[in-house]
Amino acid sequence: MKLEPEEKDMLDGKYGKAVQKSMEILTTLGEIFDAECMVDVHSVQIAGVSYDNLGEAGLEFLSEMAEDGKVRVLTTLNPAGMDRENWQKLGIDEEFAKNQNRAIDAFAKMGIITTCSCTPYLIGNAPHYGQHIAWAESSAVCYSNSVIGARTNREGGPSALASALTGKTPKYGYHLDENRHGQVLVMINAPIRGTDEYGVLGKIIGDKLGELGKKIPYITGIPSATVEELKSFCASVATYGGTALFHMEQITPEYNKYPKPSDIVFEINQNDLDKTRAELIDDNFEIDFVSIGCPHASIHEIAEIARILRGKKVKKEFWITTARPTKKIADETGYSKIIEDAGAKFAADTCCVVAPIKGRFKGIMVDSAKACYYGRAKNKFKVKIGTIEKCIEEATR
Amino acid sequence: MKLEGRKIYKGIAEAEAIVTKEGISFYGGVDPDTGKVVEVGHELEGQSITGKVLVFPTGKGSTVGSYTMYRMKKNNTAPVAIVNQQIDTIIAVGCIISEIPCVDKINIHNIKTGQKIIVNGSEGTVEVT
Repeated sequence: MKLEPEEKDMLDGKYGKAVQKSMEILTTLGEIFDAECMVDVHSVQIAGVSYDNLGEAGLEFLSEMAEDGKVRVLTTLNPAGMDRENWQKLGIDEEFAKNQNRAIDAFAKMGIITTCSCTPYLIGNAPHYGQHIAWAESSAVCYSNSVIGARTNREGGPSALASALTGKTPKYGYHLDENRHGQVLVMINAPIRGTDEYGVLGKIIGDKLGELGKKIPYITGIPSATVEELKSFCASVATYGGTALFHMEQITPEYNKYPKPSDIVFEINQNDLDKTRAELIDDNFEIDFVSIGCPHASIHEIAEIARILRGKKVKKEFWITTARPTKKIADETGYSKIIEDAGAKFAADTCCVVAPIKGRFKGIMVDSAKACYYGRAKNKFKVKIGTIEKCIEEATR
Repeated sequence: MKLEGRKIYKGIAEAEAIVTKEGISFYGGVDPDTGKVVEVGHELEGQSITGKVLVFPTGKGSTVGSYTMYRMKKNNTAPVAIVNQQIDTIIAVGCIISEIPCVDKINIHNIKTGQKIIVNGSEGTVEVT
């Protein structure tokens, strides 16, 4: 792998220990994946923030890197295991809160902006078309590559941190045109509406790609989609299919940049949607937890929730998970008051996937297919997917 | 017998090999406090990898596994070197941050559990003595 003089100096330790370790990670990954050189990145998103996932091991590593490491580019953070202000009301214990704050402090010491959100693109870490970036968080990776047309591989926590501290990433994979071509043509023959239905669609496509051993779908038959629907789709197709990039005809910016695939074609009809939706609804169980905001709710979604909740009373634990800046807008516009008066709770900085809530609830209702996956796998909940309206209906029943 | 592979992380280590044909997930699959494989049904379940050269095809599971390897190194429960058929990012990053010598692109069928082997992560070779 060809390194520039500055990159060699980084590797030789002239910029300190954290930069040296970072460059070791990046050059090794570059060698493994046959990168010819490094490329400058403009933005980084770091995952592996919840103490529930990091543990003492991850925290030790972060503390060591924070001794002399400082970010060189705009760097934001994935959700933590708790709301940093409201953790007590959400039932998080004090020991966990203490450890979670130690981890966030280590990130802050390195100059990382501690946004604690999986939707950096909604709150100021918004790259533009064609920019090279190094993002972890699979849903945001998929969104930035596909919807924005920026370029990133699916980074893990340490490799994203390494890019933040050096401003570099090895140039391979999705950074190169030749690896961004659609591989499978997916024809949708049914109307798709709502965040829940886009999640169902993401699971169908993700599962199918897994069977085919392919990663990049080219999707036709969707006339329009909202940001919120695309965000839900990204989370789902990344969870079920490991997809980091898709093209959607007339919607995503690179759809006509590369040849439309024709070798492998599959169609999705209404009965496929019905069948997969049924797979995301467990049989006979009690719903004692409702959560909206996976990925983090946008201000548009919060406005919608406030509109439906106005004057109602929530009878179950009901979380709206979002980024703190979005919560601040909701505070100022009065949406928070309507929602909290109804008895629902904001859980900013965190979500139902990374919070330490295993065993606390029996069954969860969500509008997100990703939340269904982790609700089952990580937290051992029974799950049910439905529209935002149905989720609120359940919470107020 | 000297096997030629690819260097992943520098350093030389000599120890007894522990070989498995199955992938290893450090996150959840290995106990960082005892150094034992705890994945239910794994070929190495219940066996300690501490102080050995761990030989396996490739990594699997969560990216948090890199941090588990780092924890094992700090706990003195880590393997002294790792040999893979084909490295993945979790194991590569784990070896780098934990400073565990590592070589891949080795035909691991040439190595048997209990053999003394020397891993040279700087040259990318594995010697079966």
